[in-house]
Amino acid sequence: MSLVINNLHAKIADTEILKGVNLEIPTGEIHAIMGPNGSGKSTLSKIICGHEDYEVTAGTITMDGQDVLELDVDERSRAGLFLAFQYPMEVPGVSNANFLRAALQARLPKGEEIDAVKFYHTMYEKMDFLEMDRKFTGRAVNEGFSGGEKKRNEILQMMMLDPRYCLLDETDSGLDIDALKVVAKGVNSMRAENRGFLLITHYQRLLDYIKPDKVHVMADGQIVRSGGFELAETLEAEGYDFLKS
Amino acid sequence: MDDVNISDQIDEDTQAAIDVNQSKGDFTYDVKHKYDAGVGLSEATVDYITDVKEEPEWIREFRKHGLKTFEDKPMPTNWATEDLNNIDFSKIRYYLSGGTKPTRSWDEVPDEMKETFERLGIPEQERAFLAGVEAQFDSEAAYSNMKEELSKKGVIFVGSTEGLKEHEEIFRPYFGKVIPTGDNKFSALNSAVFSGGSFIYIPKGVKLEQPLQAYFRINSESFGQFERTLIIADEGSEVMYMEGCTAPSFETSTLHSAVVELVALKGAKIQYVTVQNWSANVFNLVTKRGLAMEDAEIRWIDCNIGSRLTMKYPGVIMKGRRARGEVISIALANDGQHQDTGAKMIHAADETTSNVVSKSISVGEGRSTYRGQVHIPKHLKGCRNNTECDALLINSTSRTDTYPAITVRGNDHVTQHEASVSQVSEEMLFYMQQRGLNEGEAMSLAVNGFINDLVREFPMEYSVELKRLIDLEMEGSVG
Repeated sequence: MSLVINNLHAKIADTEILKGVNLEIPTGEIHAIMGPNGSGKSTLSKIICGHEDYEVTAGTITMDGQDVLELDVDERSRAGLFLAFQYPMEVPGVSNANFLRAALQARLPKGEEIDAVKFYHTMYEKMDFLEMDRKFTGRAVNEGFSGGEKKRNEILQMMMLDPRYCLLDETDSGLDIDALKVVAKGVNSMRAENRGFLLITHYQRLLDYIKPDKVHVMADGQIVRSGGFELAETLEAEGYDFLKS
Repeated sequence: MDDVNISDQIDEDTQAAIDVNQSKGDFTYDVKHKYDAGVGLSEATVDYITDVKEEPEWIREFRKHGLKTFEDKPMPTNWATEDLNNIDFSKIRYYLSGGTKPTRSWDEVPDEMKETFERLGIPEQERAFLAGVEAQFDSEAAYSNMKEELSKKGVIFVGSTEGLKEHEEIFRPYFGKVIPTGDNKFSALNSAVFSGGSFIYIPKGVKLEQPLQAYFRINSESFGQFERTLIIADEGSEVMYMEGCTAPSFETSTLHSAVVELVALKGAKIQYVTVQNWSANVFNLVTKRGLAMEDAEIRWIDCNIGSRLTMKYPGVIMKGRRARGEVISIALANDGQHQDTGAKMIHAADETTSNVVSKSISVGEGRSTYRGQVHIPKHLKGCRNNTECDALLINSTSRTDTYPAITVRGNDHVTQHEASVSQVSEEMLFYMQQRGLNEGEAMSLAVNGFINDLVREFPMEYSVELKRLIDLEMEGSVG
């Protein structure tokens, strides 16, 4: 079981962003992609989720053998793909509870209704774990949230939706150390044999709290190096310039 | 020109959902009308209505003055849409009734009318949460009843005809005073041919805990419905009145032109709640205004869905010191629809306060227009107005216009005006879809979020219905 990206090429307008990405994330593993700004690492996560701005010109993405590219954005989500956004969007007037409820409801067969008591019970449990105030359930999604609150909220959504493959795009950016620890606690609690993770990050800092099984380095639309945790340490010590050597 | 052609852009499921929506109000019964004023409008039409209804002579004169005023006034196309010129007044039937008096029991309502209201859920709502109901079918009420304890307290809740005949001493001093016949072309038309609507009187100090409801149903094709409502809340009393409206989808257009006058005497409170879901060929041209005396409060809570063209600007004249006026309105304009709505706040006493919050949603080629008038003259002191109007555009072809007119003279007043136009951004949709909602569900949720704070102002039973209607309207908006 794995998320497999094979020779993926993609462009936005006339600019080629991905130039043949190869990557396999088996369930049970956490992979990290590091790379300089503009290397295409954030774009990769959006393309995996089906963002309309990008056109896939060649290559394949499969999830446990299923062709991902032929699915719509929402179908990919319901099939088990989750993206924690670098910049989570605000949804004015829609409470966190209603948003999550709608997302879970969308996963049920027609005619079936969510059990409200069970839903709140589960949500409160996970909020307590993420040290989130229960008042958050009534606040509009991400509206007026601090950077840290938004990121915690992404992790809460991830925990509630129970995906098979989790993509986290620069989840560490803009987080103070306490918030980072909470986010890492959430991710680590979800580590499982039947779940894979892809962490996209600019810095090693996040990887000190979420230990990856593999580290990949992306540059100019391709994966240029792959290795273990030591690769992240090298990058941290020498900077991205070491790629040129 | 107003073909609704969203059907070829949407999938079957969505179409099915839309069909459900239309089918709720989209049915008609073949009813034999005992009284039919025929097609077209003349003095004979007016005489016919007065004769059939056995009205006093002063009403005949009132109607004739209305007819003359209607004929003399030009169509207001100098500021309003040219689409008004497509109303053919010579092809409308102005009065249709079965000739039966409204009954106090559903069992006595003629079968086809009873079935109509049962399909619309009215008797059920009455049992659940209403203090009284009037159900109008074409020109006349089929049913009118109120809880007995309210009659004992002196509350009057009857049709306009019964009101003017049986309660002339209360009815006549206020009738046509808040909205004079010549206010506009359509208030004049209503004055000429009005039938149905409610007359309500709440005695001093009586506070109704449950709402009164009227339901207006158009059943017949090429028909004009012209109900006339007058609500008088005596000193210190409180009432909430709710109205719902539907009509089937006919081939030809239908005209609904009501006049609603509210009078809140010293310290009284009136809340008037409307949820209309007209079919897409109804011209809905309604004049609504309230008079608020000292320390009185009038609130219009208004939701406009459907119709081909709605023109409605509920107003409050704040005539007594510390009177308060409020308009909360939601409008949803879909393909081929124009919601031209707004508010009129006329400050006519010191320390009066008005609040207008309007939110509109334009879908497809739908168009929404906000027109607001706030008037505070120079000689007054300590008046306040707050106006907020927000428009949400769903598609690139959707349209919105705002025409606020705020006249504030003198420097002892506080006014505040905010307006915004927004769109559901692609990035917001992507975010919601990434959580598993399809495009239609995501759009519905975003729209419900946009109006959420206003939906809360509606009574619970209506807000649930409102959310359902909006979901159904939105499902066809993406393709």
